[in-house]
Amino acid sequence: MASTANDSQVMIQVKDVWFNYGRGPVLKEVSFDIRHGDFLAIIGPNGSGKTTLLKVILGLLKPSRGRIQIMGKDLNEFSQWQKIGYVPQKATHIDPSFPVSAREVVSMGLLSSKKSSRMNKEEEKSYIQRALRMVGMEEVKNRRIGMLSGGQQQRIFIARAIVNQPHILFLDEPTTGVDAETQGHFYDMLGYINKKQEITVVLITHEIGILNKHVNRVACLNQRLTYHGSHAEFCQSKTFKKWLAEGHHVISHQH
Amino acid sequence: MEGLLTYEFLQRAFIAGIFVAVACAFLSVFLILKRDSMIGHGLAHVTFAGVALGLFLNILPLATALGVAVLTALLIMRIKERAGLYGDTAIAIFSSVGFAVGILFATLAQSMNVNIFAYLFGEILAIELLEVWISIGLAGVIIGTMIFHFRKFMYITFDRESARVSGIKVRSLETLLTVLTAVTVVLAMKLVGIILVSALIVIPGAAGLQVATHFKQALFLSVIVAVSSVVGGMLIAFYLDFPASGTIVLFSFFLFGIFYFFRKEKRML
Ligand SMILES: Nc1ncnc2c1ncn2[C@@H]1O[C@H](COP(=O)(O)OP(=O)(O)O)[C@@H](O)[C@H]1O
Ligand SMILES: [Mg+2]
Repeated sequence: MASTANDSQVMIQVKDVWFNYGRGPVLKEVSFDIRHGDFLAIIGPNGSGKTTLLKVILGLLKPSRGRIQIMGKDLNEFSQWQKIGYVPQKATHIDPSFPVSAREVVSMGLLSSKKSSRMNKEEEKSYIQRALRMVGMEEVKNRRIGMLSGGQQQRIFIARAIVNQPHILFLDEPTTGVDAETQGHFYDMLGYINKKQEITVVLITHEIGILNKHVNRVACLNQRLTYHGSHAEFCQSKTFKKWLAEGHHVISHQH
Repeated sequence: MEGLLTYEFLQRAFIAGIFVAVACAFLSVFLILKRDSMIGHGLAHVTFAGVALGLFLNILPLATALGVAVLTALLIMRIKERAGLYGDTAIAIFSSVGFAVGILFATLAQSMNVNIFAYLFGEILAIELLEVWISIGLAGVIIGTMIFHFRKFMYITFDRESARVSGIKVRSLETLLTVLTAVTVVLAMKLVGIILVSALIVIPGAAGLQVATHFKQALFLSVIVAVSSVVGGMLIAFYLDFPASGTIVLFSFFLFGIFYFFRKEKRML
């Protein structure tokens, strides 16, 4: 981690958040901070409320209780959405016949930028080109999105999320259905985005195999936050040992 | 061709027709991708109530039709949001109720004459000057708005949630699209009549979507199909003395067939 004065800067603050879809609570008393430069993995079984938590943080769902602050501002006062990159869980379940090229998908990300209205075609092109290069997808930019493999589509969605050079990038289950080897490359790419581009990365998953060498913080969610701390401590924690005992398969990424 | 355009009524029909065709073509692509292609059909039937109301109150039917169509479109949007999957049920109910109200008003107006049939089956070759200007003006506004916002519309159609996170005013844009749809349906009604509106709102986009690999191309091809259908259809109708509306729709179906035949891979319709 490149250590800068910003390292301790709180990007996201979640305070005593509760949420329900009408019946019983799906999130209970969730509180944690995300700091600048973090590579945070939020882990929990299916249905534990991970996607819900992310949607609450992004303002897509309103919590029944609690408070969210983004970059020091209350969620409903926050307006600099170009600083937030988001790769939704269903990103790879898109309609395969939707007529958009990979390049057009990436260009959508620029629409959030307040500067985009003042951006000329050349600038736009160079932003898009840069994002495509970062995810290694330059050659397929003119292909229709549905023609690409799941892994390639996922990279295009990441390019869309980072085209505006956001400060924080959220990814919801980005490696579902991607084979182990591709996952390794994928995490390396995220590690690069995190360290070299200094973009805070928040990764959500139900696979404990997500615990790759780039992750520096871990949060475990099962309606409540059952663990929150550093990656190293997590491997010593009761939660982790319990999971191993329960037979969770840990894919090793110690290269 | 030159001789043809000396007919003033034909000239008017062509100009209004091309403008309305372009508006239909743009919307067509979005409505199909939003799985909303039946909205044109439903609104057209509701529009009949608006037309009949205008005839009954003896004011410009185009104006009452616009009012009724826009209000109903917004109402359907609301219901769809609430009811989710059952949105098409709302359309089905509104279209039949709208049509029933239309029949009632038309009978009350005691004007079950050619006028009603002109609205049902289209009367493009008999379009009046005022209506030409209204059509061109409104279609121009629709086309301008679509061109100005097309990337945002593309984003919310493709991935609504991410668009929201990007800070795009998704709700306002959806409302705008709904209003534009309602106005386009009314304009298209002047062209091909209530019964055939949905063809003009669905077929051009469906044709473009058979082969397009990117979004601008889908819009472009849709425009080509819509304009060719209107121009080609009207020419054929004029020379062979066919009804214009039916010929336009059949010609667009013919063009759709060509695209369908030449598509490279299997796609949704
Ligand atoms: N739109 C919804 N309406 C009602 N219940 C929902 C909705 N979305 C999710 N849930 C429920 O909330 C719980 C948490 O879901 P989710 O946040 O998607 O979990 P995860 O992402 O961890 O798999 C689950 O029990 C799920 O069934
Ligand atoms: Mg989820």
